[in-house]
Amino acid sequence: MATRIRPLQRRPHARGPEPRTFAAAALAALVLGLLPLAAVAAPPFGAGSQDALRTGGPQAALILDLWRLLLAVCGVVFAAVMAAFGVALWRARRGTRDTPPELQGPLRGEPRSARLVAAATGASAVGLCGLIVASVLTDRALARLPLSNALHVELTAHQWWWQARYDDADPSRTFETANELHLPAGRPVLLTLHADDVIHSFWVPNLSGKKDLIPGRTATLALRADVPGRYRGQCAEFCGLQHAGMALEVVVEPDAAYAAWAERQRRPAEPPTDPQAQRGQRLFLAGTCAMCHAIQGTDAAARRAPDLTHLAGRARLAAGTVPNGRAQLAAWIADPAAFKPGTNMPGHRYAPEDLDALVAYLETLR
Amino acid sequence: MSEPPADAVPAAEAARLHATWSDPPGLLGRLASIDHKVIGRRFIATAFGFFLAGGLLAALMRLQLARPQNGLVGPDLYAQLFTMHGTTMMFLFAVPVMQAFAVYLVPLMVGARSIAFPRMNAFAYWIYLMGGLMLYGAFLLNVGPDAGWFAYVPLAGPEYSPGKRVDFWAQLITFTELSGLLEAIVIITTVFKLRAPGMALHRVPLFVWAMLVTAFMVLFAMPAVMLASTGLILDRLVGTHFYNPGEGGDALLWQHLFWFFGHPEVYFIFIPGLGFMSALLATFSRRPVFGYSAMVLSLIATAFLSFGLWVHHMFATNLPELGKSFFTAASMMIAIPSAVQIFCWIATLATGRLWFRTPMLFALAFFFILVLGGMTGLMLASVPLDLQVHDTYFVVAHLHYVLIGGAVFPLFGALYYWYPKMTGRLMSERLGRWNFWLFFVGFNLTFFPMHQLGLEGMPRRVYTYPAGLGWDGLNLLATVGALVIAASVALLLFNAWRSARHGEPAGDNPWQAATLEWATASPPPRANFDRPPVVHGREPLWEAPREPRHVKGLATDAREVLVTTVLDAQPDHRAGYPDPSIWPFVSALATTVLFVGSIFTPWAAVWGLAPVAIALTAWFWPKPHETDAHLRMERAPR
Repeated sequence: MATRIRPLQRRPHARGPEPRTFAAAALAALVLGLLPLAAVAAPPFGAGSQDALRTGGPQAALILDLWRLLLAVCGVVFAAVMAAFGVALWRARRGTRDTPPELQGPLRGEPRSARLVAAATGASAVGLCGLIVASVLTDRALARLPLSNALHVELTAHQWWWQARYDDADPSRTFETANELHLPAGRPVLLTLHADDVIHSFWVPNLSGKKDLIPGRTATLALRADVPGRYRGQCAEFCGLQHAGMALEVVVEPDAAYAAWAERQRRPAEPPTDPQAQRGQRLFLAGTCAMCHAIQGTDAAARRAPDLTHLAGRARLAAGTVPNGRAQLAAWIADPAAFKPGTNMPGHRYAPEDLDALVAYLETLR
Repeated sequence: MSEPPADAVPAAEAARLHATWSDPPGLLGRLASIDHKVIGRRFIATAFGFFLAGGLLAALMRLQLARPQNGLVGPDLYAQLFTMHGTTMMFLFAVPVMQAFAVYLVPLMVGARSIAFPRMNAFAYWIYLMGGLMLYGAFLLNVGPDAGWFAYVPLAGPEYSPGKRVDFWAQLITFTELSGLLEAIVIITTVFKLRAPGMALHRVPLFVWAMLVTAFMVLFAMPAVMLASTGLILDRLVGTHFYNPGEGGDALLWQHLFWFFGHPEVYFIFIPGLGFMSALLATFSRRPVFGYSAMVLSLIATAFLSFGLWVHHMFATNLPELGKSFFTAASMMIAIPSAVQIFCWIATLATGRLWFRTPMLFALAFFFILVLGGMTGLMLASVPLDLQVHDTYFVVAHLHYVLIGGAVFPLFGALYYWYPKMTGRLMSERLGRWNFWLFFVGFNLTFFPMHQLGLEGMPRRVYTYPAGLGWDGLNLLATVGALVIAASVALLLFNAWRSARHGEPAGDNPWQAATLEWATASPPPRANFDRPPVVHGREPLWEAPREPRHVKGLATDAREVLVTTVLDAQPDHRAGYPDPSIWPFVSALATTVLFVGSIFTPWAAVWGLAPVAIALTAWFWPKPHETDAHLRMERAPR
């Protein structure tokens, strides 16, 4: 199954897999009986999956209500000012260069104009006070999201990926993942936000307003996702070269599905059984991969780059920029900068059979 | 309405004045010029040059964003493009061009022989020019700044922006701060001390008021960014830790300091735009603007309130929520003084006799565009709503509606309006109308769709975006609009270039306007007025002439200006006026060496001081014969 998503910004000279070879690889995978792999591949994000006007939870809905109110009020005010302006233009007399300037009226004072200007100003002040009240009330409602039974997630932003740590009262039940948040529908989430390097901003418009992640400071954001689905978030504060390539996938699913996912995430990676994958694991641990990435259950424990313990279970690679799949994964490892110029991950020159082995191993990390 | 008086100045006297106030000949003479009209024209032309450069950068960005996953511009160049675009438009175009118009117009509008502190004025221009050239030189050498025009730390700090790119940005800020502060002093002093006799504060033209208020804002706001950028330079150059959270510094401190300057800066641009509006609407409605006192008080209120809004750029940070609500209220309340002015103008239009010429069309467009931008400003003032649209294309739309609608449309109108005063020829009306309509349509095509893009989730400052998120069509539309804007600006340039040669001769007062700059020839003589005017009312050229009409007794064979009192503009004394000097130019060169050198080594701040000190010493070296002459002449008028 060939998804039609193209990687973000591929350099023309980059030799990424053509869609046709990608399709061939997927077909081969099917033939090899690796059917479950296909189920992983990401459904493309459609219009509205990163959209403040299509809400998936109460926080975004409250803000959307406020938007509608302000749009209505401001629309009426704009129309009224334009109407006054239009009437003034329409009814005013016409002049030319030689029209003698009108000085008598201004000297005598113009009570009618003065009354109208004063009335319009007063009305504006009253309207503005109304808007302030509406804004503050919405702010208050946002702050009153019930947080009992909230899921605690610690989210750390890096150039250019997201690290998520799901907290639990029992420390052995905490787990870590990257670039993909799964949230139980209907249950509040309390996000604790950190930044490791520069300022980033967490923003999933369908669910909530944004919040900056600032180095040296801790921020929190509470939200609730009620409507199951896949939402796209994106860093909203310019954070360097790949600011555009720093997306966050949010999967909102029913409680049971979420619980199953979380349980899977808590398990360390299973040792590979297939000989090719075993070779891949040796390559991973002996090579440069383990210098940055961690895979729970192995000796790889570095924390400079996304935790790969359940990599194959994620829909996309590289913070939402590359669909996850065998061919794309191989292309990404070989030359990440072709997909994400400026990324901190270096390219790797593996022999083709080594690359295949490595990818075969990574594909077992489900 | 008064025609020029019959008692014209004898030709011999005019010739003597001309000789007295002329620049020395040759290239050196040009570099030594301190004539505010010469400096003002250069200043305006330079600012428009940077406007074109910044516009080209914007067009390139729009081409890159025309379709998803476009490969025209990579992330590194794109980061430089938007940083250079923002920096150019804010620091090298919008603020300086307003000061440039003030340098040209304010002395004429207040009826002065020339501007206050003319050598400092020349120095400020040279500093501005050299700062801009430094920035573009760096950009052409691929060392253009790339951390955004706001240069948020830690991204702009030494660890995440190694190399010299951000240093050039920070040093450009030093250049423009210096230039901007000096111009503010020049303008304030000119308005307070060099007004024509009789032009008491309640008779000062609204445009002059706007520039006076702006100059005071510059004085109060610029020190904040000076502090901020100095801290950044020190962090980068000598390893201080003002903004390094790892060493007890604070990343948010930068944002507070930057926006404490940055928000008033928006009003440095907008308030002169309001001044242009009042000037244009009065002339083309054939009546004074309704509500003079309300207009002036609104300008001052806007200036005050603009210092209390900066946190609305920081709503997404973790500042206390209650504090943010205060800034919501302040951000909404600043709409009131602007609304008062808009209502007064509508009253002016309704009771005036409207003459629809190109400058008037640009002024009228303000109503549609600025009011729309003001409405989105109210939305951004609300904390919850801002959290959704902050740092999205909604804000891009808003800020262009406010700045282009509030400043650039009036500015283009002002260019059409005062061009005949500066060149002696009118710009083509037919091309002007094409220019206007293309600009108006192109502007709305470009920026209106961006509101929707922002709400649909498109963040700012992304060099590309994935297909399928629903952003493709509107982005393409915006790009088409940008090309229409480019065509209209090209038309403006062509019109200005062609009219300089073939335009219809303007005469002294082609629009039959009321303010004093129209009381002299077009272009004005070297000494501005053959005989400086005396003012008896708010609309000097519209009111019946009264005696005395002119200042008498100023020297014609020596540079002499009349200094008046601050409130009532009563003649106070006659002051000697400086002669042209090459030293402001040389001092600016020496200062440039110091500033640019200190990008590369902190020691430049030590050895670079020597040439600056020498140039300044030469500049201020007292020349006994000049001092004697000035002391002889300076005395209270009889």
